[in-house]
Amino acid sequence: MSKLDEYEPIVGKAVIEELRLLAGHLSGKTIQHVNSTSVGGGVAEILNRMVPLLKELGMETRWDVIKGGEQFFHITKKIHNALHGSNEEITSDTWDIFWSTNEKNSLELPCISDIVLIHDPQPIGLIVQKGSRQNKWAWRCHVDISYAQTPVWEILRSYINRYDASVFSAPSFSKSLAIRQFMISPSIDPLSDKNKDLPQSSVEGVLKEYKIKNDKPIITQISRFDRLKDPLGVIEAYRQVKRYIDCQLILAGGTASDDPESAEVLSEVKQRAADDPDIHVLLMPHNEIHVNALQRASAVIVQKSLREGFGLTVTEALWKGKPVVASAVGGVPLQIKNKYTGLLCHSVEGAAFAIKQILQSPDYAQRLGENGREHIRQNFLLTRHLKEYLLLFLSLYYPDEVVRL
Amino acid sequence: MTAKAREPFVFNSRLHLNELTGVKATTLPELVQCLRTVNSASIYRHTHHFIEQHQYLAPEPTNDFAYWVSESLGDDSLGEQLAGIDVLAQPTISSIRKVLIGTIDRALRTRPRLKALTAPEGEEFVFLKSVSFVFPTPYRAADLVEFAECLRKVSLSSIYFHMFEAKLRLERPTNDFSYWLMDSLGERQLALRIAQLDPYSQSGETIRSSLLKILETRIKEAKEK
Repeated sequence: MSKLDEYEPIVGKAVIEELRLLAGHLSGKTIQHVNSTSVGGGVAEILNRMVPLLKELGMETRWDVIKGGEQFFHITKKIHNALHGSNEEITSDTWDIFWSTNEKNSLELPCISDIVLIHDPQPIGLIVQKGSRQNKWAWRCHVDISYAQTPVWEILRSYINRYDASVFSAPSFSKSLAIRQFMISPSIDPLSDKNKDLPQSSVEGVLKEYKIKNDKPIITQISRFDRLKDPLGVIEAYRQVKRYIDCQLILAGGTASDDPESAEVLSEVKQRAADDPDIHVLLMPHNEIHVNALQRASAVIVQKSLREGFGLTVTEALWKGKPVVASAVGGVPLQIKNKYTGLLCHSVEGAAFAIKQILQSPDYAQRLGENGREHIRQNFLLTRHLKEYLLLFLSLYYPDEVVRL
Repeated sequence: MTAKAREPFVFNSRLHLNELTGVKATTLPELVQCLRTVNSASIYRHTHHFIEQHQYLAPEPTNDFAYWVSESLGDDSLGEQLAGIDVLAQPTISSIRKVLIGTIDRALRTRPRLKALTAPEGEEFVFLKSVSFVFPTPYRAADLVEFAECLRKVSLSSIYFHMFEAKLRLERPTNDFSYWLMDSLGERQLALRIAQLDPYSQSGETIRSSLLKILETRIKEAKEK
């Protein structure tokens, strides 16, 4: 069985058939993805799954990774933070290192495929090759740049405008550009360990491993320990709920090695949880099955972030048919249509009220969960992402609003 | 045996890619201003994508403007009026645009306090437009039985294309199914019944079932004759 056929029971035969029909119109085209890492992070995770499917659809697809030393990646981290809105001082000397690393990569990495897809700012300078070639270039931005620091953005923008098109994950992430901008949301893979169906025995086994009794409703937030994920706000919301409904809270996630604040946040969370035996603060190693099981064990899943990228933890929760309460930030409103596929909140009180509504109305909770799962099935799985990449490739050759293939 | 068509019906499908327009509104006066100037691909997108993206919901929110006014501006009354706009009765996208603007303008005149409503940060109305890629599928039908058989198999995108998009974006006089049934098979009554279906208040699979039910009844009649 081909890899693509494995998705058929989930998304339907017609969807897979249409992917093949669409790919037929790109027959003979070569595709090249370029990013800055082959392991770790959402971009590499998606490319690892996407590239084999593009190949299976008959497109000669390669994936290249640029090279850079510690100094280069230190600078790209600063650029990344500045695009997220942090105040970062990036001097002209620093920019020189960034561009010279890009130039060096450009010499070593010829981008000669028909379609070149550059992911994120790190390899953005490879566009200098375009002048001498007739191929098509698109810049795929995975970062929320709605609060980007202007000086950094302006420097990058002069390069982005040299591409044929750009791609953003959510409407609010885009900026004014001279080139076409498309919206392609990220996706989850329903066949991955994090999202595949699990037997109840596995779910219970994982709870046992973390010494959690399944004797009262579980509220869960899965996130790394980061202030922007507002774990203290989640504890406060849980306490407001707990006054009326006996429940327990799981805050589970890792700390990022490139985030010095995370250990501090974890310590604050543990302190705030104090001696409440119903708050489970789990510092987890990277374990997709455990995340999957904890989500499936939950009565309600929360994502009370103050800022969020696309919010793939919300996607994962909705896919499992769970009622979700999440802040209306980043890409979350694309996934949660309030009162249809989940509940949106804007404050601790709002989160607490929504959690109570869900815990006290099992029928309503079930309906939200069912709608949420269907919404993800139709709009945020890997096959939709693949379809939109194919459409993006086609749009590089057709400028019209209605294209007849 | 049902009659053969003069021309076979070729099922097309179409898939959308969302393009960002850079146009945003935070208040109703801004929304109206944008509605006057955005291109028709944008109006189509915001009056049809909700149905296609939430095709499992019944009853569904009808359009993005109604949802935004109710949920982000908090005015259920105008939200309900916008949701109640009969898109099916509009022959073109420009007439949909006109009705939307008229509805909001009237509300702003009769309830001036609406002018002050502002969407919270991050919940601005962001105008997108749908870029449509239309392509033929292998499904084609030469009579009613084959037509029903194909309808069972084609994607919902294909059904939506022939039901909504052919009429509004390609400005054909009716939906493609009704046009073919009347023009190539002389099935006037059947064509009318399908043209009267309201696809805006049904989920995708319900539209498919409704179409099949109407067709099967007609096939049965034809066989009994």
